[in-house]
Amino acid sequence: MRLSAVDAQAAKLGLSPGMALADARAMIPALDVIAADEAADRKLLERIADWCERFSPLVALDAPHGLFFDVTGTTHLFGGERAMLETVRRAIANQGFSIRLALAGTGAAARALAAYADGTIVEPGCDAQSVAPLRVAGLMVDPAIVYGLHRAGLKTIGAVAARARHELASRFGGAFVTQLDRTLGREDEPISPRHPLPDCMTERRFAEPVVTDDVVADTIHALAESIAGLLEKRGEGARQLEAAFFRADGQMRRIAIAMARPTRDPAIAARLFHEKLDALANPLDPGFGFDLIRLSAITTEPLNPQATSFDSRENEKKEIDFLIDRLSARFGATRVLRFQPQDTHIPEAASVALPAQYSAPSKLTWTAMRAPAEAPRRPLRLFAKPEPIEVMAEIPDGPPLRFRWRRVLHAVSLAEGPERIAMEWWRMQDSMPTRDYFRIEDEQGRRFWLYRDGLYNRETSAPRWFMHGVFA
Amino acid sequence: MVETAFKLVALRAALDRPGEARATSLVPLGHGPADACLKGGLRQGALHEVYAAEASHEPAATGFALTLAARMAGKRRWLLWVRQDFAALEEGEPHGVGLAELGLDPAHVLMVHAANATDVLRATAEGLATASLGAVVVEPWGEPKLFDLVTSRRLTLAAARNNVTAILLRPGAEPWPSAAETRWLIRAARSQGGQEDWGQENWGTPVFDASLVRNRHGTTGQWVMEWNCDDRVYRPAAHPRVMAAAPADGSATARAAFGR
Repeated sequence: MRLSAVDAQAAKLGLSPGMALADARAMIPALDVIAADEAADRKLLERIADWCERFSPLVALDAPHGLFFDVTGTTHLFGGERAMLETVRRAIANQGFSIRLALAGTGAAARALAAYADGTIVEPGCDAQSVAPLRVAGLMVDPAIVYGLHRAGLKTIGAVAARARHELASRFGGAFVTQLDRTLGREDEPISPRHPLPDCMTERRFAEPVVTDDVVADTIHALAESIAGLLEKRGEGARQLEAAFFRADGQMRRIAIAMARPTRDPAIAARLFHEKLDALANPLDPGFGFDLIRLSAITTEPLNPQATSFDSRENEKKEIDFLIDRLSARFGATRVLRFQPQDTHIPEAASVALPAQYSAPSKLTWTAMRAPAEAPRRPLRLFAKPEPIEVMAEIPDGPPLRFRWRRVLHAVSLAEGPERIAMEWWRMQDSMPTRDYFRIEDEQGRRFWLYRDGLYNRETSAPRWFMHGVFA
Repeated sequence: MVETAFKLVALRAALDRPGEARATSLVPLGHGPADACLKGGLRQGALHEVYAAEASHEPAATGFALTLAARMAGKRRWLLWVRQDFAALEEGEPHGVGLAELGLDPAHVLMVHAANATDVLRATAEGLATASLGAVVVEPWGEPKLFDLVTSRRLTLAAARNNVTAILLRPGAEPWPSAAETRWLIRAARSQGGQEDWGQENWGTPVFDASLVRNRHGTTGQWVMEWNCDDRVYRPAAHPRVMAAAPADGSATARAAFGR
């Protein structure tokens, strides 16, 4: 077992990461040891990354302990590069973390500088100069390569950079040269942000953290108004909006809403957020208050400005879509459903209920199975799991005479069938038995749909019966 | 003619009250005696309750509530069906093809699966606030304390505000005082088939033995109605055979029905 990390006090006593635990114990018998939990470290890093989206929307993880921010074009918001660096340092340190940071042209250079020259800000184009005096470990390559460089007498990055490319490539491999170029700022390395950059976003910072629901609601409305302006310039409407609430104490929470049609009406967005926030299982906890609320349009679609339609059908459709959005925001999209026909003759699969917010209109249309003036051929309600019933029939492959369902005996007065439905053998892995369906009316007029599972004497010798649905 | 006359009366009444944007109107069921008893038809923008007379007649009650809603919504308007999860577990999940077979357009039916009675009420309130909806079918399960007199009064007011009809289907519940406009007790009735001159093919049309047990603006009554899936209206059943006496073992009728 080895030490994976040491705190400041332990470092002062001469311990360092990589040391064997037995050695460390020998040096300091009263050592406090905590087992490393990489998963928890990772989770913590992700939470910090979430919260750091207040500084730049493009935040990438650099496991195990690093974060990259792409701050291109955002430093002026914090009063310049130096001020931004200090702001980040203060914000993270206030939460009880120790931090080293640097700002450079490429991620690799910034990483090397943060590790060995905390607080450096590199002027544009001066990456190579800045990293030259650093130790070769700053290249963040395989320890074997670092060892090899040391043996070759190359102690600093500058010394390595002075060697010819082909020498290094043949000795340490092409990947090492690429890494070297990145650290020197000669080759750019795109960071992979954790979330795609939203099409539009607006945010509001508060000097004094806000706590009350009213202020949050007002802020969302105001942000929705300003994002509507941005969307209008692009000729788009939002299908998905996300609000990010940054707490002053390092927590961050995202709440997203979806819309059935692209929209940029601030009132609709504010209303949907209200529904969503009201229905949250674990409510939005402001803690000591939010100091930043950001609204971003995650998905947008073209939306052309239209004159208010006098067509009542169009307005009706709009109202229904808004209803679907409200219900989906409150209960979840999977609980607000719309029926769609399917091209299959298996009864339970012929109609599916899909989330109304996302389901596109189907090409198939609903066609009645019955002939005009005929009675319904399919029941109004189907049981998700057909219920086994006891049936008495005159002959094994004939219609039932009596049956017992849910402990009640029903005497059949009318039976129609069988309607033989074979399973789709070209789709099924295991062959399922053929079903013989009967429409049944009992002596009180109750109408049922039941089936015999399997063909008598061909698929099974003792067919079982099931109740599949009930007619109106 | 009678229908037109009632429409005219309703329109005149609407003109007399210019403050109200949309006057509540009466929708005839198509069943003469029932419409007469209802003074022209079922009131739009009101709360109507549907109970099953017995637990085993719940499917018929569902059918009646739904066809009633279809009648109120008309052909083109949307229908919202809010059902509690437990109701679907007990009574079966609504089936799109079955709706189409009853003469409804499943493409204009919006389902809400509510986890509990509170959610049922919330979704219903949202539905009743949407004037474009034709009708809302509300289906809580059992007898939650939530569905009391005050709630029914609220639902009535909400229904009237936007003229959206609310149909409250109560599986697993006993009738209880409420502010509903009408209350129906439903049991299934034998359909018309099975008689010698009818043949067997044509039986099974939805026939309801409907008792109007509460009517705020008229008398009560009991009728056997058949739902016509093509014209989407109720008709008097041609040969009402309400509650045929059950034979001791049932086999005699069954055999007669198969023509053996």
